[in-house]
Amino acid sequence: MSNKTNYTDHTISIIACNNPGVITKVTGLINRRGFNVESLTAGKTKDTGISRMTLVVKGDDEGIEQIQKQLNKIIDIVKVAAIKPQHRVAREMALVKINLIRGDKGDLFQLINIYKAKIVDTSPGGIVVEVTGPSEKIDGFLDLLPHNAIAGVARSGVVAMNKLSKQTNE
Amino acid sequence: MKGAQIVVESLLKEGVDTVFLYTGGAVVEIFDELYKHRKEIMYIQPRHEMAGTHMADAYARATGKVPVVIVTSGPGATHTISGIATAYMDSSPMVIITGQVPISKIGTDAFQEADITGITMPITKANFLIQDVDDLAQTLKNAFHIAQTGRPGPVLIDLPTNVQMAKTRYHYPKEPKLTAYNYIEKGHPKQIKEALKLIKSAHKPLIIAGGGVNLSDSMHLADQFIDKSNIPAIHTLMGNGINPKKEDLYLGPFGMHGAVYSNYAVQEADLLISLGVRFSDRVLGEAKSFAPHAKIIHVDIDPAEIGKTIKVDVPIVGNVRYVLEEFLKAEFNNQHKEWIEKLNGYKKKYPLQKYEDTGTLKPQYIIELANKIFPEDTIVATDVGQHQMWVSQFFRFRHPRQLITSGGLGTMGFGLPASVGAKIGRRDKDVLMFSGDGGFQMNIQELATVKRYGLNIKMIVMDNNSLGMVRQWQELLYEGRYSGTPLPCNPDFAKIAEAYGIKSLKLDKKENAEAAIKELYQSEKSMLIHAKIDPEENVLPWVPSGRSLNDIITKI
Repeated sequence: MSNKTNYTDHTISIIACNNPGVITKVTGLINRRGFNVESLTAGKTKDTGISRMTLVVKGDDEGIEQIQKQLNKIIDIVKVAAIKPQHRVAREMALVKINLIRGDKGDLFQLINIYKAKIVDTSPGGIVVEVTGPSEKIDGFLDLLPHNAIAGVARSGVVAMNKLSKQTNE
Repeated sequence: MKGAQIVVESLLKEGVDTVFLYTGGAVVEIFDELYKHRKEIMYIQPRHEMAGTHMADAYARATGKVPVVIVTSGPGATHTISGIATAYMDSSPMVIITGQVPISKIGTDAFQEADITGITMPITKANFLIQDVDDLAQTLKNAFHIAQTGRPGPVLIDLPTNVQMAKTRYHYPKEPKLTAYNYIEKGHPKQIKEALKLIKSAHKPLIIAGGGVNLSDSMHLADQFIDKSNIPAIHTLMGNGINPKKEDLYLGPFGMHGAVYSNYAVQEADLLISLGVRFSDRVLGEAKSFAPHAKIIHVDIDPAEIGKTIKVDVPIVGNVRYVLEEFLKAEFNNQHKEWIEKLNGYKKKYPLQKYEDTGTLKPQYIIELANKIFPEDTIVATDVGQHQMWVSQFFRFRHPRQLITSGGLGTMGFGLPASVGAKIGRRDKDVLMFSGDGGFQMNIQELATVKRYGLNIKMIVMDNNSLGMVRQWQELLYEGRYSGTPLPCNPDFAKIAEAYGIKSLKLDKKENAEAAIKELYQSEKSMLIHAKIDPEENVLPWVPSGRSLNDIITKI
């Protein structure tokens, strides 16, 4: 196994036939090589029966290249592409449950405004906020929230694509 | 038509003539249908599903055809796991049909339920759980297609009993329906041109034949290429069978227990032309010091193998057969006289066929005798361990699909069932099995199968009362701490063979060896020799795991 200090995040986009077990096969293969799946999203595409998965895997360049080749061997997988950081358009979504029992509500609502987050649920004790954007934006939002105010966070994981401009150039 | 019937009808449509099967509760329906066709398909029932899967694997290796294995759910299926993994590692095609509990019971820990599709996911080329009888015919078509195309491999179909009993209209599709499966057969012309350029200008080229040459049935083309290009050739364990007309171009096995001269050839070559080789750790030694002066042309049908373990210079993704056909269209002017002379000089200086004659019964001697006495095209099946390596060193194979051995997974217990599968596939050939005392006892029950189907298989069990290969490592690397390697209390294998109604002979003296093996060859019925061999014997030469191919141990 390689030295883990040269492990970086790699974004891999997979187009696959939406047959039972595809996600298991993908994650099974990645785990078997000793790499960790940092995030995984899957959803439909405009073609029926075809879904797109976006994975963020921590690993070294050679190992990830091998994984891509191995993923291509899986029967249901149509296409595998690594999305390089400089070509990447990526978004993530988070739902954050915030306590309103203590703390300065004024500052909180200002923060929500600055991050263009939305309040999607309210109750006497708290609110649920939806924030969307690059992962760094969500990290920033969560960092700035008063620590004892966060009652729970559900992050969706990254969805990513190649930039249009890069595709037409190549 | 019932699902069970669809299975059997589809097997007939695929031209399946042999099924290895073991029944059970979850496949009674299928077996009932099979009974109706017992005159059209040959049924081979082993005494353990693992052995049955090994038999099917060997059948595929010996014939190139796709065998079918049918076993029941739960333990029946889990018993095939070793066999499937063995086939997967050496790219043997096969279709395995496992019964499964009814769909409504899946996930409830029902009697004899096992998630075999989950368990075999990493060791099958593809697997399918049939939920609807309407999908069955197409899935079977797909399975056979996947098993034998591209890089061959095992495909598993899990069939719940309710689907076996459900009825639907039967139509066996003409074509497989797989949107995401493809493979490249013809190598890219630009890559081939680049390769030929290198081949023509190399001063010290070397051809390596691997398992892919056997799998693609292109051994004759490889032989022609060696002779036409005047390039010396070595082979991996799975690439046995190359037989160029010019004997001075044949260098033999290389790698961990290969010939010294073959390893030196690799380390001094300036070009490696590898055909269907996956550069496993058994031949690389130390990857970073492997073939330090050579550019590497890597021909393989599986793009994921190209450059997997070492960096290569000219990758050619394609079927070895088609690439060889292209190579053979070229003209080669180099004779490489100096290079060939040098390598043949090494052959004389470091011969492979050297072992001490101490008057004891040496395994190498037995194998050499068998090579002389048995016909040149005898199919040889081995188990795993020291004897396997000695066979690769001392038995010269000159035909494709002749050596049947578990190379990738190295599965003990493969030998005896493999000889059964090979014989069933090639009734016209002599089949000779070598096994150690350890591996032989892992599937010893298959002596019953040898007897039951009247298979004339010749067996030599080389008994040194130990797990020899590991014992050898312990002798060299662990200062003789023989932990877990002694195998005392071995039975009298000759008596066991007799108990199964198989002729047998005990051999413990060197002087009796020739007569014994002659009797073995001439026997009209199956026969077993229990040979008590020198327990101190080690496999040499030896490049211990991870060491450079320059670093060869020739004496312990």
